[in-house]
Amino acid sequence: MDQYLFIIVDGVIYSSWLFIIAVGLTLIYGVMKILNVAHGSLYALGAYAATSLGGYWIAQGQPPMGSYAMLILAAILVGLIAGPVIERGLLRFMYGKEEVVLVLVTYAVFLILEDLSKLVWGVDPLSIPEPYSLLGNLEFGGLIYPTYSLVVVLASIVVGVALALVLSRTRQGKILQAVIHDREMSAAMGINVSRVYLVTFTVGAILGALGGALTAPTISVQPGIAADVIVLAFAVVVIGGLGSLGGAALGAVIVGMVRAWAVHKWPEVELFSVYAVMAAVLIMRPKGLFAIPEARKI
Amino acid sequence: MFKDRTSQILLAALVILLVAGPFAPRWAMFLLNVSLSWGVVVLGMMLLMRTGLVSFGQGLYYCLGAYAAGVLHSKYAVSDIAIMLLASIATAGLVAAVLGLLLAKYRDIFFAMLSLAFSMILFGLLVRSSELGSTDGFGLSVSTFAGMALPEGWDRYAVFASAVVATFVSAWAIHRYLNSHLGRLAGAIRDNELRVEYMGASVRRVIHLNYVISAVLAGLGGGLVAITIGHVDPEMAFWTTSGEFVFIAILSGTGNVLAPFLGATIFETVRSYAYEILPNWWQIVLGVTMLLVIMFLPGGLWSIFVRGRKAT
Repeated sequence: MDQYLFIIVDGVIYSSWLFIIAVGLTLIYGVMKILNVAHGSLYALGAYAATSLGGYWIAQGQPPMGSYAMLILAAILVGLIAGPVIERGLLRFMYGKEEVVLVLVTYAVFLILEDLSKLVWGVDPLSIPEPYSLLGNLEFGGLIYPTYSLVVVLASIVVGVALALVLSRTRQGKILQAVIHDREMSAAMGINVSRVYLVTFTVGAILGALGGALTAPTISVQPGIAADVIVLAFAVVVIGGLGSLGGAALGAVIVGMVRAWAVHKWPEVELFSVYAVMAAVLIMRPKGLFAIPEARKI
Repeated sequence: MFKDRTSQILLAALVILLVAGPFAPRWAMFLLNVSLSWGVVVLGMMLLMRTGLVSFGQGLYYCLGAYAAGVLHSKYAVSDIAIMLLASIATAGLVAAVLGLLLAKYRDIFFAMLSLAFSMILFGLLVRSSELGSTDGFGLSVSTFAGMALPEGWDRYAVFASAVVATFVSAWAIHRYLNSHLGRLAGAIRDNELRVEYMGASVRRVIHLNYVISAVLAGLGGGLVAITIGHVDPEMAFWTTSGEFVFIAILSGTGNVLAPFLGATIFETVRSYAYEILPNWWQIVLGVTMLLVIMFLPGGLWSIFVRGRKAT
């Protein structure tokens, strides 16, 4: 019985992390119909920036509790710089091309950012352990968990609820929904679509970077993390249905629970299980669990 | 049979490479050997792209082909080039025939995502299988060709010659196929599959067939790389490997069967130098090149050669 409790707790922690790394991806796809491969790079940039800013903060002898603010600041900075540069500098010339071509364009951005982060931060592993070690551990159900995991869970709930509220309750959210539903008609009604795209992409970039910044204290930040994370994020959003916020949450829970179950019960299939679920969902429901049916266009 | 220009170039390249092989320096032979093997994989990618499909999972068949050859060597003590390559082709072809039943229904990013998922499944399995060397993979070697022992010092040339012949046969076969009635349906499906159905052709069957052909080519390429490098590892199924195939296919263009080999040779040559001179700039070069090609040269490098002429 206890083992199932551990699986559920592990699953919740992993699901929360997955939701944070995937939510920006699904937001950008929902609004702009771009499956952003570079989302993984934004995650990596967020993690790198967090080690730099956080490390600088600690080295200055500032109160270590402030390092949490540094993580968030790092994510916002990365998103505010990289988002507009990528969207205004490149993507806006690509709108109207096929979705697959846009995947290739963002894949090119992914390749460029891979090396850029190596040029800026080098190839050696970096770390920022303070925010993680500072909180100590927490006993739950007879097992000891790092309290920092709770921070990640809370952060993902805050991000999810905030996004859902903005989308459903605010004027900006309504505008966004209009653009998602019909871009041309919204433009005709006087919505500044290119501004909506810029803001969406920037917010998505901040969310991607936030995923990296919040993960940075728990891993060693090194080249290759972008490639690992983006396929996981793909799995999450594809399972839930591309472009759906609820879908991303559901996808995160499914992948998180499956992986937690595999880790405890059948460790050989841990990595395999995630993609097996992704393939299974794509086979049963080709457009994901929460997909909206689309008319076949001739 | 060899009346058109592409076939003649292929035939000439076959003869020149086979004759010049023994005199070429070892590094050049190796580089060309790997380039041709990758070219075979990209040739399959090109066929898919002509059909309007981009796969982010060709690494699946590339890796299967390589492991088929590797497992024959490590588990069954077979080190015959011909048998290994046949095993690569058969494994990739069989798996593709089954998965193709599913994938033939998918288009656009969903095709890309499902093929990605399949290749990541293989990656996940191989990483955890200690019997097959986990993340390190394992090594292999060759000693005979179709039962004939390879003379001392000629094993590298035998591998090279196999790659050259395999390249020639696949490129020429695909060239003929693309100009056949069935092959021409690929472009029609990309343009408008509903119209193709109205004309009485089965879109699913054509896509399935092209998918299997592309997988067989990827498997063959994987087998060739395995016997060339003498090592296989799970990274071959990771999505970034498939991404490199996509990159070369975009760079080359889908205009002609020669294009993938040109693209792969440029790619491998630049990579082997870039790794040494500017290791942290290589992917920036790739990314920028890819953007430039997408924006200004949608037909790939090949379209430079046919500028002014009517593209076929």
